[in-house]
Amino acid sequence: MEIFAWLHSLPPIWVYLLIPLAPLAGALVAGFGGWALRERAHWAPILGVAFALYLSIFVLLEVLHGVSFYGNVYTWAVFGNLPVHIGFDIDSLTAVMLVVVTFVSLCVHIYTIGYMHGDPGYARFFSYIALFTFSMLMLVMANNFLQLFFGWEAVGLVSYLLIGFWFTRESANQAALKAFLVNRVGDFGFLIGIAAIYHYCGSLDYRTVFAAVPGLVGQTVTILPGHRWSVLTWIALLLFIGAMGKSAQVPLHVWLPESMEGPTPISALIHAATMVTAGIFMVSRMSPIYEQSATALSVVLIIGAITALFMGLIGLVQNDIKRIIAYSTLSQLGYMTAALGASAFSAAIFHLMTHAFFKALLFLAAGSVIHAMENEQDIRKMGGLRRHMPITYLTFLVGALALSGIPPFAGFFSKDLIIEAVGDSSMVGAHFAYLLLVVGALVTALYTFRMFFLVFHGKQRMDEHTRAHLHESPGVITLPLIVLAIPSLLAGWFFIAPVGLGDFLDSSLQIRAQWNTVAEIASHWQGAGVFLLHGLQAWPFWLAILGIALAVWFYLLHDGVPAGLSTLLAPATWVLRKKYGFDAFNQWVFVRGALLFGRRFWHWGDESLIDGAMVNGSARMVARAALSWRRLQTGYIYHYAFVMIIGLVLFMTYFMIWRG
Amino acid sequence: MYSFGILSAAIWVPIVGGFLVLSLGDRAGGNLARWASLLVSVATFAITLPLLTGFDTQTAAMQFVERIPWIPSFHIEYFLGIDGISLWFILLTSFLTVLVVISSWRNVSSRLSQYLAAFLIMDGLMIGVFCALDAILFYVFWEAMLIPMFLIIGVWGGPRRVYATIKFFLYTFLGSVLMLVAFLYLYFHCGDSFSLLAFQRIPLGASAQIWIFLAFLIAFAVKIPMWPVHTWLPDAHVEAPTGGSVILAAVMLKMGAYGFLRLSLPITPDASHQLAWLMITLSLIAIVYIALIAVVQKDMKKLIAYSSIAHMGYVTLGFFVFTQTAVEGAIIQMLSHGFVSAAMFLCVGVLYDRMHTREIEAYGGVANVMPIFASLMMLFAMGNVGLPGTSGFVGEFMVVLGTYQAYPWPAIIAATGLITGAAYTLWLFKRVLFGGIVHAQVAALNDLNGREILVLGSLAGLVLLLGVWPAPFLDVVHVSVAHLLQQVSVSKIPS
Repeated sequence: MEIFAWLHSLPPIWVYLLIPLAPLAGALVAGFGGWALRERAHWAPILGVAFALYLSIFVLLEVLHGVSFYGNVYTWAVFGNLPVHIGFDIDSLTAVMLVVVTFVSLCVHIYTIGYMHGDPGYARFFSYIALFTFSMLMLVMANNFLQLFFGWEAVGLVSYLLIGFWFTRESANQAALKAFLVNRVGDFGFLIGIAAIYHYCGSLDYRTVFAAVPGLVGQTVTILPGHRWSVLTWIALLLFIGAMGKSAQVPLHVWLPESMEGPTPISALIHAATMVTAGIFMVSRMSPIYEQSATALSVVLIIGAITALFMGLIGLVQNDIKRIIAYSTLSQLGYMTAALGASAFSAAIFHLMTHAFFKALLFLAAGSVIHAMENEQDIRKMGGLRRHMPITYLTFLVGALALSGIPPFAGFFSKDLIIEAVGDSSMVGAHFAYLLLVVGALVTALYTFRMFFLVFHGKQRMDEHTRAHLHESPGVITLPLIVLAIPSLLAGWFFIAPVGLGDFLDSSLQIRAQWNTVAEIASHWQGAGVFLLHGLQAWPFWLAILGIALAVWFYLLHDGVPAGLSTLLAPATWVLRKKYGFDAFNQWVFVRGALLFGRRFWHWGDESLIDGAMVNGSARMVARAALSWRRLQTGYIYHYAFVMIIGLVLFMTYFMIWRG
Repeated sequence: MYSFGILSAAIWVPIVGGFLVLSLGDRAGGNLARWASLLVSVATFAITLPLLTGFDTQTAAMQFVERIPWIPSFHIEYFLGIDGISLWFILLTSFLTVLVVISSWRNVSSRLSQYLAAFLIMDGLMIGVFCALDAILFYVFWEAMLIPMFLIIGVWGGPRRVYATIKFFLYTFLGSVLMLVAFLYLYFHCGDSFSLLAFQRIPLGASAQIWIFLAFLIAFAVKIPMWPVHTWLPDAHVEAPTGGSVILAAVMLKMGAYGFLRLSLPITPDASHQLAWLMITLSLIAIVYIALIAVVQKDMKKLIAYSSIAHMGYVTLGFFVFTQTAVEGAIIQMLSHGFVSAAMFLCVGVLYDRMHTREIEAYGGVANVMPIFASLMMLFAMGNVGLPGTSGFVGEFMVVLGTYQAYPWPAIIAATGLITGAAYTLWLFKRVLFGGIVHAQVAALNDLNGREILVLGSLAGLVLLLGVWPAPFLDVVHVSVAHLLQQVSVSKIPS
């Protein structure tokens, strides 16, 4: 295309380098110049991210023409004699991620102009989100585990900073700390996994590692005495612990709902569209490793399916609009993870993509609602907003339909593909997972439309003051909503053939023929139209319709039903409100446990045992000995001389007898 | 190789300069002493720079060697030289002394010239430790550098400074005496030399090696410090003035680790292998046990002191798994800890100068009034946490990778530091910097002044440089570490 022509004259590595560096430059300008720029600080980050998007589209077009790149930028370090580089791996998987990340990031940047207007941390916020974009791009472009880990932890840092953005709020600081620590638990596994890769493959470079993987098949490792595990299962599971942290899979999901303490734009960008999908991306990137371990894939499949259903159920009893969407994100990440476990990597990436669009849309629309409601987030205090905010209403509806999996919205294609793939999978646990995912479709539609109806339909339950001030949000907020609504509507229809079912991602993935359920599905229902017709006859679609119907009945027609149901099912709702007790368990066992052990070690170990008994004890002993030995210090020179002579005699005797 | 006394100059310029500053006294309100100290410390740093530019990374032999007889009747020599293992620590020492002088510009209330002189003299003595190749010379520097430190804590320290000083003195002195005994044994065994290089070559029986190793161990374990001889460090830090804490954490703790590399491993290789299990166990206790203690500290300096011990656990772990990646990682960890712990103690000093308390509870919401300080401290906190892109990551990453090559379980236990390190560092950060402003005293805080920005900013630059591009730092150490590991792999037990 014409507008990209000049890029062909640049060395490819420059183009790739500029993609992460442009947002980084924006972050630095906003960060260091923020005190002077104030509310003009958004220009540099927006230009940087827009430029990155422009370059990403160029890269995607190039990749479509068969261009790929694998090379290093500089040598980060040499371990012994093994060089470790910073470099890029540009292929179809990376290209898709680049466009999704920069596109959503740009929408969120523009939206932020309106949303953060008047906030004293305006420039700081732009600096952080541009820095996040840089880190995320480094993560997806990496061609080695070091850089992957760099991006992995850097997005975690920015997430921490942004959750705690309003740092005067105790709850925000608490949530930020929790997010960082839970992610670190995941990173702990991830780091050991990288160490194991380094040990067994002798490299951190993707290609070298993947080339070494077939040679590891059949090798075992003894971690616990008496248990021999396949090396590749061990590595795959360790890496997956990292993915569980970042992509918030049970039981490391606890940080994500609380991350909603951060400003809404970052909930859309980081905690829905991009960062939390890093785990999905990573496992797909590591498909050559995962495909060698049926055990690891089964674990991934079952964890994903459990997250998909049980986190969705919690969404039914939440009343905070952002938390409902957060639980839906957990649930959708569970779908993606389940797809990974079924070796349907392309389905997972396809859902990652559509989900990025419609979930960012939902969050930003929710932010628009919160903005209009003067920071009220409780849906019980909303209602009837559709009259005041038509654009937000319609775009939210697009997002809700896409999330519920109603054709022809984007989420339908990707979610249905996942459910089909899991249904066809022969993995251990696939039947169980399939059941959970199908029921999940009902739950998804129910909580989504419960939220939708309570917010936009029915009686207006807000106070007079708020009602009087209800208004549609300004253009910088509604424009990103409209821009995101388009792919939320169309991305499924257009991309299922190439990305979901087709061979676009094949060059990035390695899938064993006997597990390749997506290829199986593609052979039956090639093309979007056929797939859609098939979907209309399948369970998930009708369950989603049932979910919406229930929501209509509960929340539009008979308001009394939900209250009655929740008293009827009191034990179940209690369990859901307590979120299955994960938080309480962590608080009691890990937080209190660590503090208890810390205090015990400090007071008993350091203070009483080491200092009390050993150090000061020996000091006391010296003092006591000195008291009695003081009598030896008579002050008479001949006493000392006598002692010296005795000593000399003993010394010489020693040398003559034992050494002579 | 041009070697007309760069090392001697690096040692004696600050020592002589220190006495000069002492003689200047506090005339002109101490300004004379200030500028003279700055001049001397910058000159020393400038003298050490050619060591880097003229360093040959291709050889493991000692460079910039100076060797003249000192006490010929006992074969004691004035023998100096450096290799890739010692180079960075000399530069670290001379650089940090400059920062300490600048950071002490205004906030030492009494006897300024004596205070600065103590740091300058200590600068020279510490450089002496890192380049002495004669055992007696090494021992003299090793013991002599404690004297200025005792004075710094004992004279300019906090209310319990006497207890802390005596505890520090007894611990380190008792440890060092055994090292001297080991030196004497080696000298008599060797016959004609106190040269450390000669010590490295002499064959030693298995039990002799064990005894010598243990004698060294006690001396070095106290200095690092390793569990269970670490309890002097939190007390010393709490009582020490800021500059004292910086040098103590950033340089003095490295002496013990350096001793392992220069003495224990090459002189007693068989004992090092035989007792590696003990060293690994003690290191892991430091990483796990000490980190949990750090979590519950109420005093900022104590918390950072405990965090130092935990970080040094990675260093000793890295040494005793004997893989190149781990040993190099441990050296980088030492260097990084030099930057990060210095910066963390300087940050506490910044707060202490303004509020005169180190209690975590006395703070809250500092970020509201000190945004520049908060940003810099966040960077150092991330370095302490070992976030990739900062220096703290490189060493820990390499140590964990290198350890896994030898033993998976210790690597797994060591990696828990990823979680606990984040817990104590970020919880500290949250309580001190985040939240609403807790009282009027915090509301009245001023953000960093230019001098403080200069000091912390330069450390921030180093933390990032080492994190983003550690290659040049590692290039210097490769050959020396390979040589060392080759020495350790050959048994010295006479057959």
